Amino acid sequence: MNIEAIKSIYFFEMARTRRTLLQSVVSPVISTSLYFIVFGAAIGARIQEIDGVSYGAFITPGLIMLTLLTQCIGNGSFGIYFPKFTGTIYEVLSSPVSMVEIVLGYVGAAATKGVMIGTIILLTASLFVDLSIAHPLAMIFFFVLTAVSFSLFGFIIGIWAKDFEQLNLIPMLVIPPLVFLGGSFYSIDMLPPFWQAVSHFNPVLYLISGFRWSFFEVSDVNPVVSAAMIVVFLTICLSVLAWIFRTGYRLRN
Amino acid sequence: MAPIVSVSNLSKTYASGFKALKGVSLDIEQGEILALLGPNGAGKTTLISIICGIVNPSGGTVVVGGHDVVRDFRETRSMIGLVPQELTTDAFETVWNTVTFSRGLHGKKPNPAHIEKVLKDLSLWDKKDNMLRELSGGMKRRVLIAKALSHEPRVLFLDEPTAGVDVSLRKSMWEVVERLRASGVTIILTTHYIEEAEEIADRIGVINGGEILLVEDKTALMSKLGRKQLRVDLSHPLEAVPETLSTYNLTLEGDGHCLIYDYDTSAERTGITSLLAALAEAGVRLKDISTRQSSLEDIFVEIVGAGR
Repeated sequence: MNIEAIKSIYFFEMARTRRTLLQSVVSPVISTSLYFIVFGAAIGARIQEIDGVSYGAFITPGLIMLTLLTQCIGNGSFGIYFPKFTGTIYEVLSSPVSMVEIVLGYVGAAATKGVMIGTIILLTASLFVDLSIAHPLAMIFFFVLTAVSFSLFGFIIGIWAKDFEQLNLIPMLVIPPLVFLGGSFYSIDMLPPFWQAVSHFNPVLYLISGFRWSFFEVSDVNPVVSAAMIVVFLTICLSVLAWIFRTGYRLRN
Repeated sequence: MAPIVSVSNLSKTYASGFKALKGVSLDIEQGEILALLGPNGAGKTTLISIICGIVNPSGGTVVVGGHDVVRDFRETRSMIGLVPQELTTDAFETVWNTVTFSRGLHGKKPNPAHIEKVLKDLSLWDKKDNMLRELSGGMKRRVLIAKALSHEPRVLFLDEPTAGVDVSLRKSMWEVVERLRASGVTIILTTHYIEEAEEIADRIGVINGGEILLVEDKTALMSKLGRKQLRVDLSHPLEAVPETLSTYNLTLEGDGHCLIYDYDTSAERTGITSLLAALAEAGVRLKDISTRQSSLEDIFVEIVGAGR
């Protein structure tokens, strides 16, 4: 295992985060604070509790997930796409680094950054609403595994993307609807039966539901099913990556 | 001694169907400077990319230092430094960080003393804290060389290192190359500038259309294919080559003011003595005599032209 290389890629990526601190940390914190002011304080005050949880607290796990998914996909994809775009990828490809080590470096950094920002948002949220975490270990499980899976997913997008449009396609067009319709702002019990059934095809529903359960012990689906879904998603991403490594798809061809 | 790089029957067909390499075989000896010459699209960069691990081969094998580049990629890539053709750098990194990053990627522990030496050798020391986007093209080229030398490679690939580089940088770069060679590093460079190959290479390889047309010791190549030309300037113009000189295959140029005689330097007899005697006998008065040796460029054009 080329530990020095993993460290080099990881710290190189983290240095990029430091350089773009304003945009990477301050911006999600501001937008989340706005959500809390609008949905938590202004509108939320007029909405009754959902499953015994105040509305402001109820939306917190969903908001953290929204940021976590967007950040992890964004960082995971940009980290590998940018060297492809500038051509500096030649160096990584001609180094004595296995693909597993490349992934550990890039995805590790993307997931770390996601977890950092998610934590900052959790702390920001605690300024606006009363939060208690019923199952801290489960919370960390959902939090970290989601960060890792979606950073991997972002990494795959970064390898697949041929231009900036493709790079932004999934994070901009696919993820927000999935998160918004995945029960970030409501319990799916509040939907008509047809849309409830449709919602069960939305993978993000399981993430938000499981994550919310770790806070308040209320969930749209069984938390065990949620945990299983994350593991399934992680496995799918790992399998796709394994195929990419084997074939050199869009990297060594 | 076993060659440091051994390429056997290497082929590459890109997804578009373009055959960049068609069964290339090539041995590179330890400690030599090999210049690969070839027109654009000849396959030079693809060949280097496969040896360095950037591109997967479609067929054939490459062995570096006794290790297969696909199976034992860790060993082979640790030995190799690559300076790419394009000036690809991370705009927002500093010179120091990007060179240190390269060393780390190659699995080497940080060694600030070595990085300092490399930067000083390449006259980059005073730029070490500058961001790469602030540097000129020539400076960026030096940074790419510094990155390639950061992990102390045994084999160095320079893909068109002097494209767009001014004369003074070119000179200092060749000094670096000479020093590296003296320390035992094997150097493979590709270039369009034939005079460069002529000046610094030990051996010359010519590649065109994905095939190696020849690989030869430079001086042997020059003398084997090198023709010399004797130019005789005449005091009085001639209308035609005199009958008595017809056996010499002379051509008359410059409105009859000049006779050109082609001869082979490696032949047993060049025929110059008898030609001069015959000219005197024919009553031709000479004004001046000069000779010219064909350059590597002439040879290159000849080989590539014949391959077409």
